[in-house]
Amino acid sequence: MACHLCGITKQQIERCKGSWAISRMTFFLGGIMVMHEIIWHGRGGQGVVLAAQILAEAAYIQGFPGVTSAPTFGPERRGAPLTASTRISDTTVRTFSQIASADIAVILDESLFKIANGKGKIKESGLVIVNTTLTPQQIEPEGNFTVATVDATGIAGEYRLSMSGSPVVNTLLLGALSMASGLVSLENIEKGLKKKMPRNKAFSNFQAIQAVFERTLYVKNKE
Amino acid sequence: MSDIRIITGNEAAALAVKLAEPGVIAAYPITPQTKLAEVLSEYVESGELKAEYIRVESEHSSLTVCMSASTVGARVFTATSSNGLLYMHEQLHWAAGSRLPVVMCCVNRGVGAPWSIFNDQQDSFSQRDTGWIQIYCRDNQEILDTIIQAYRIAEEVYIPVMVCYDGFILSHTMMPVEVPDAGTVKEFLPPYKPHTFLSPNDPKTINPVFFATRRENSEGILCDGYMEMRYKLQAAFEKSGDIIKNASSQWAEMTGRDHGGLIWKYMTEDAELILTGMGSIATEATLAADALRNEGIRAGVVGIRAYRPFPKKEVVQAFRKATAIAVFEKCISYGYEGGVCSDLKAAFYGTAIKAPVHDYIVGLGGRDVKTEEIVDAARTTLESIRAGKTDNKITWLNCYTGAQAEDNGWGVIRGDPQP
Repeated sequence: MACHLCGITKQQIERCKGSWAISRMTFFLGGIMVMHEIIWHGRGGQGVVLAAQILAEAAYIQGFPGVTSAPTFGPERRGAPLTASTRISDTTVRTFSQIASADIAVILDESLFKIANGKGKIKESGLVIVNTTLTPQQIEPEGNFTVATVDATGIAGEYRLSMSGSPVVNTLLLGALSMASGLVSLENIEKGLKKKMPRNKAFSNFQAIQAVFERTLYVKNKE
Repeated sequence: MSDIRIITGNEAAALAVKLAEPGVIAAYPITPQTKLAEVLSEYVESGELKAEYIRVESEHSSLTVCMSASTVGARVFTATSSNGLLYMHEQLHWAAGSRLPVVMCCVNRGVGAPWSIFNDQQDSFSQRDTGWIQIYCRDNQEILDTIIQAYRIAEEVYIPVMVCYDGFILSHTMMPVEVPDAGTVKEFLPPYKPHTFLSPNDPKTINPVFFATRRENSEGILCDGYMEMRYKLQAAFEKSGDIIKNASSQWAEMTGRDHGGLIWKYMTEDAELILTGMGSIATEATLAADALRNEGIRAGVVGIRAYRPFPKKEVVQAFRKATAIAVFEKCISYGYEGGVCSDLKAAFYGTAIKAPVHDYIVGLGGRDVKTEEIVDAARTTLESIRAGKTDNKITWLNCYTGAQAEDNGWGVIRGDPQP
């Protein structure tokens, strides 16, 4: 059985049942493709590229045959704002153009919030995940978005996760993404981590990711 | 169980080279090829790949090293991009003229000036007439599979092969790639057995000065002149099409992955409007075709995989029912038009295909090309042809300068073109 509007099948819906994702799947060009476009905002050195890659690994393990992850094309500088992207789809991804308007924006550094949720950068009723000490109620997005927040920096401190003296927040926000979107399970995020980092590092990261998952708050369709 | 990894185009290329087991690698790093050169050096350093990795001071030397090693009978590999490829220009001719089965990756990047590190295909396009086979890949899986096929092709027909893929767009984007096992690759690609090679045990002179006419050598043997030697390269190209197709179909039999031989087709059977291009832009065009079909326009895509040899017979067959043709290409012959456009029209000359061909120059220097933009352009082509306009038009897509330029919110410029 398939949806009369977009052709989405029952199994495809089943996979995302009960999650935020099902409420706003991307009906790409009216076709049957269900694609989620995720954009990661951070600063050079924060590891947005790795986070985008781990999400692609986890989503593939979850059963999405089409995944891609890409860095911002070009040279990068430590500290400069940059993005990376992940596409997750029920069919092979056939688009390589840059994401114009994302379904999900993950913001590693809250000072980038204004840039990241600017006009048209996130789809109507999309999801914004911010690393901040604020609650979703205290955040004022530029559109009708679901807002999720978590103090990933604080949690990284609790779990003593740091790299070159800075708290590790890139992998931690995968926990918030799992919680707020339901797109990829924690179990598969753990498997994705193991593909991209040594076992002991994956273990310590995953401890903190679970804490992030527990402590992520979100408010739906906040104007 | 199949080994599927989520990797970049450069990583897929490096894995393919490792599986093909070249004896000598020489590559000079250049963005966006750099990662490929690095990963290969790691394979050699760790002993995973038993090859000589020869460090050189330039691209001219990297190809020269490969040619020399190939002349003494080694399987070789090099890779470059953009101005690096242009720096090889002299040796590209030499490798082809020497009939050496060199395999090279060109990670496509725009050429300077002005400087760009980003993708277009002007680099390999500008080397079209050097006598190399050129194959363009549409995704990372095809990169891996094509490199392995490239050795089979090169070593059978003695023409060097350039495997081209889009810089950043494929070279730096991760996607699932199935990695074949070493046994399958060995069966498909046995160790290289050169027809002729230079050895101290059998001294000979290769490539002395050739004369215009055929003449006897010191041993009284009648030898070819320059022109005969050059004719033989062209004759080899004429049979290379079948060799490329065979390599592709045998690989498909062994792995289940068929990328098409010289061209690939997407919903072209009943298509009135055919979109075409080389590399990742043609993949993007398949989404545009889906969208056009949702609007009730019978659209399809032909991907040009082999640009040289140009698949004349195959394109005539694939385009025969089209009433409108839109070419999307990331290169141009300045003073005329895009190369694929010219070659298609030449292939159609004297056949029943009378459809106008609209040429869209797109994505130069990394300018993003969105599916929606391809849809709009292709629809415009169909509408103008339906309205009875039969001229062959060239459009620089989303390229506007001066007062009429206007930001459409995607960071690209849109508006009415300058007169």
